[in-house]
Amino acid sequence: MRFTLNGKRASVRAHPMARLLDVLRETCHLTGTKEGCGEGECGACTVLIDGLPVNSCLVPFAQVDGARVTTIEGLGGKHPLQHAFVEFGGAQCGICTPGMIMAAVALGPKPSTPEMQTGLAGNLCRCTGYSAIYRSIRAANRGTASLKARTTTGRKKR
Amino acid sequence: MPPVIRHRQLLDPRSLGDALAMLRDEESVMPLAGCTDVYVSLNFGTLKPTRFMNLWRLNELRGIDRHDGRLRIGALTTYTELIRSPLVNRALPMLVMAAREIGGRQIQHRGTIGGNVANASPAGDTLPVLAVADAAVELRSASGTREVPFRSFYTGYRQTVARPDEVIAAFYIAPVAGTQWFRKVGTRAAQAISKVVVAGVAGPAPRLAAGSVAPTVVRLSGTEAALARRATASDVERAVLDDIAPIDDVRSTAEYRRRVAANLVAQFVHETRVRVSSRRR
Repeated sequence: MRFTLNGKRASVRAHPMARLLDVLRETCHLTGTKEGCGEGECGACTVLIDGLPVNSCLVPFAQVDGARVTTIEGLGGKHPLQHAFVEFGGAQCGICTPGMIMAAVALGPKPSTPEMQTGLAGNLCRCTGYSAIYRSIRAANRGTASLKARTTTGRKKR
Repeated sequence: MPPVIRHRQLLDPRSLGDALAMLRDEESVMPLAGCTDVYVSLNFGTLKPTRFMNLWRLNELRGIDRHDGRLRIGALTTYTELIRSPLVNRALPMLVMAAREIGGRQIQHRGTIGGNVANASPAGDTLPVLAVADAAVELRSASGTREVPFRSFYTGYRQTVARPDEVIAAFYIAPVAGTQWFRKVGTRAAQAISKVVVAGVAGPAPRLAAGSVAPTVVRLSGTEAALARRATASDVERAVLDDIAPIDDVRSTAEYRRRVAANLVAQFVHETRVRVSSRRR
């Protein structure tokens, strides 16, 4: 199957009915995308297909033939939303975070609160109560999520 | 690869003609559209069929346009496409209301109206809309095309008149006169399957249909007649209860559904100002 994965052309062999989620994690070794519920409720496995967020647990691999697939790895750790989620507490336990960020990417620039609420209705987070997530998205759009976030995570690693 | 996938086979036609030929020649093949229902069963391990056909590439089944004065909606039209379509917003706003309440964005980007109808769940949210709109279903097979009135499409719980060699190609909807109304009651606004769902059209001859209250979606014919003769509110409520046959299940109880269905019809009457008799008895 040929498709575009995170901006690069990919040719991947997998069962055509395999879930896109499993192909990404087990064949492509991109484990940033998480499995939550496996029934399209929680949005933890959200990736973009041709720019639109979808639940990768419900997409047969055959249906991405020729499509553009973007996973959390495709943001390269450098996306303003990624910095903002770190800096403003948008991530706590982290299981919803990759899917939440991919859904947030698809919100486009400067979403209103109702737009964020509707756009993220398919992403369940049981830690943050969503306030910190909305705060992070607003900060990313204001450009106030600074490089401090990167140094903070860098320090933690050391 | 999860064991649930290993013994499954996927036919992957490149054109509608190829797909129809495969459905004619092969036995027991389940068509796949957006997979938002089928893959839930697959993940749960409750999906029985082993042979499938991918319809996703078949652009012949996409698109929304006008056709001889009727709205034509291709079966592979996603909920997002319905929500974004100026034609659907103008001609069938209740379908847009229904599409907005199905799942979150992730589901709306993949789930299709044809899939919702083919899945044949009595809880399908677009079904009451198609029922009150008096839609027609276009069925295609290698031997031809036929149109079936949506009202006679379902023959029983998860049973339809479609033959195994047929696919749902499109829906036709003639102009709907009157104010359109839609309301779904579920556990929460997004991501919930309906406990009761009602679509209505207010006008000289009010039309109502409800889902999740019987083995199939139902037109509330007795209620429609009661409203048309401007019956009292209590007569209308009795007519609703006669029109439906809800059961207790995982999502709700029969009693709750009866109460909510009657309340939704009352809300329809109130909000669309269908005139009912103010006489009390």
